[in-house]
Amino acid sequence: MSSKLTAGNIQLNELGRLKHFLTLEGLKQQHLLEILDTAESFINPKTNEIRNVPVLRGKSIMNLFFEPSTRTRTTFEIAEKRLSADVTSLDIQTSATKKGESLLDTLWNLQAMQADMFVIRHAESGAAHFFAQHVAPHVHVMNAGDGQHAHPTQAMLDMFTIRKHKGDIFDLKVAIVGDVLHSRVVRSQIQALSILEAREIRVIGPKTLMPESPEAMGVHVYHNMEEGIKDVDVIIMVRLQNERMKSALIPSEKEFFKLYGLTEKRLALAKQDVILMHPGPINRGVEIDSAVADGPRSVILEQVTYGIAVRMAVMSILMSNAAQLAQHKVEKEAETAQDTSGTETTA
Amino acid sequence: MRLEIKNGRIIDPSQNLDQITSIYLARGRIAGIGEAPEGFSPDNVIDAEDKWILPGLVDLQVRLGEPGSHYAGSIASETQAAVAGGITSLCCPPDTAPVNDSQAVTELIQRRARQAATAFVMPIGALTQGLDGERLSGIYSLIEAGCVALSQANRPIQNALTLKNALEYTASHNTVVMLRSEDQQLKNRGVAHSGPVSSRLGLPENPPSAETTALARDLVLVEEAGIRTHFSQISCARSVEMIAEAKKRGLPVTCDVAIHQLHLSEMDVLGFNSLFHVSPPLRGLTDRKALLNGLKSGVIDAVVSDHTPLHRDDKLLPYGESKPGISGLETLLPLLLKLVREQNLDLMTAISSVTHKPASIIGMPSGSLKIGRTADLSIIDPQGIWSLSPEEMISEGKNSPFIGWEFEGKVEQTFFQGRQVYRSVE
Repeated sequence: MSSKLTAGNIQLNELGRLKHFLTLEGLKQQHLLEILDTAESFINPKTNEIRNVPVLRGKSIMNLFFEPSTRTRTTFEIAEKRLSADVTSLDIQTSATKKGESLLDTLWNLQAMQADMFVIRHAESGAAHFFAQHVAPHVHVMNAGDGQHAHPTQAMLDMFTIRKHKGDIFDLKVAIVGDVLHSRVVRSQIQALSILEAREIRVIGPKTLMPESPEAMGVHVYHNMEEGIKDVDVIIMVRLQNERMKSALIPSEKEFFKLYGLTEKRLALAKQDVILMHPGPINRGVEIDSAVADGPRSVILEQVTYGIAVRMAVMSILMSNAAQLAQHKVEKEAETAQDTSGTETTA
Repeated sequence: MRLEIKNGRIIDPSQNLDQITSIYLARGRIAGIGEAPEGFSPDNVIDAEDKWILPGLVDLQVRLGEPGSHYAGSIASETQAAVAGGITSLCCPPDTAPVNDSQAVTELIQRRARQAATAFVMPIGALTQGLDGERLSGIYSLIEAGCVALSQANRPIQNALTLKNALEYTASHNTVVMLRSEDQQLKNRGVAHSGPVSSRLGLPENPPSAETTALARDLVLVEEAGIRTHFSQISCARSVEMIAEAKKRGLPVTCDVAIHQLHLSEMDVLGFNSLFHVSPPLRGLTDRKALLNGLKSGVIDAVVSDHTPLHRDDKLLPYGESKPGISGLETLLPLLLKLVREQNLDLMTAISSVTHKPASIIGMPSGSLKIGRTADLSIIDPQGIWSLSPEEMISEGKNSPFIGWEFEGKVEQTFFQGRQVYRSVE
């Protein structure tokens, strides 16, 4: 109930370890590195194949998608199955009806069906926090995208991809191009990059696609693409949604491409070994020239594969943290019991 | 019933009074202050040593939950909550269900309030039918039935021509129009002030320009129509400047601010706690400072609770889907006294903003302890320490972000028309 509650800290347990995975805000470098290292261990370095790791056998994971998704949902399901969890996926399209109680009732009913973890996507910013506040203490919540707020697993898989190609994220200059205002992916990417101490984070796009105070997120804002991508190590392109034209935020796809589209010519302004990323699905000819998307600097398809490993990593970490906490409590109880009996003996 | 309250510190800005003395009540009215009226023999004497006596407070914006069911509570429950907060006169906006756009609804509210007999309820009529912003209500009929003002509640008229007509038509009746300036298109679906917090949390933004552009338009139309207008719940620094300028130009305008805007800011939204979801949204720190300065300098005339009692389920939703509003009757005075103690707000200015000043905006004699006025007053223990808890809240709406806050200054007894209507249990 405290007004000083920050968006991040309800996801940590008493030992300061992840209990839920809602946002990257408020997390420390060690949390992020643990996820990246764990994901790494799930990938066979020779074949680049993802291992089966049956650490969630007997655990029940429910994927609740209040908003349609194909890619994220599929990679979550694959990740869950690779961990040997029991998987149930539900499409719940009730966001338009705004049925107050039924939302929580849905959650509590599913919880009563012995869920151990919910993976939630919802159209409202803060929805994952809301669910995390109302689940039973033993249930974990993973945010698979809430409104325009956060999409932390996507950002982590992007960090994973960057690390694969560039080693340390420290010392890199990263440019994010496109619709920052409406993008939960960008918010999470910015947080991840700043926690991992990237040297410079730039966002590039027209003012209408920027939030009111982007500098509050610790980024440099560019409205000019050429200036913005000069000498960067990583370029992340963000999908431009069709609604943005209807609401008069930009005039047309054509004009957007003229100003911000990633072409070979512009790519040449960045560092020579720049990598190009895109959380997908890509609009060829809108954000990005087809040749560039398929070209040698692009790592777009790798991102998808790594997404599975990163989601597996987060889920297994949440579960093992819970086990560790339980163990810690048992030990503490034993200690207290010993202390009391000790006092009794001396007395 | 004749009552003498002695040794109390009587604070009544309407007569510039701040003095330890006695006050005498007879037949539901103030019979005297200082010296007993001739032949006065009290049936009862209350010793109010170390206590404050305040006029019953006047709150210009209180939702009572009746008629209709989209707010929690009833006229009976919410007037009880009002007097527990020292408020004895209150205006209820027309966003009831059905909307208060007819004599029948106005009279229903008045009848229920008379039955409850706890506080003076003054209905505000709807400026347009069903608050649709298109067709005018029977404005004369509403005034005749006893509406003290006309407003659109939280549904401002968007069509400038309709507003111009509404203001000009209403100008020929002796009443006041209350406007909440907000451009719905600029508001878009915004639920949070556009600033660092909305940028970080990705909450849809409600920019200050949604308020200020509408306010600029409204001020021009008000000046043209020459109608007495009160601007409700302003929230932006720029709005304070605009009202100050309008007053300087001699426009017949006044304004109020919701008490929560003087204590909270966008920073409080960081935890996605839906109890902080209000309309207009909690704004930036500079806005909060400007609003407080506006209150100190007199640009802002009144402070209101903007009481909105909600059902539990209305807040058990993700931030943007939850209903905006705070159950605020019981914290209006405590929060105001907190500003006096911590923010250098002058005590007389603070009390004025919730007594005779709001009363004069609606042309009522409430909020004053002058001889002959209705005996509405409360006895306050200025050192009484307490904290707000949902269990002890009287309002049916427990939706307060101030739960857990500690306050200094406690309402001990409230009198309405000379009768004790509230006493804190000790």
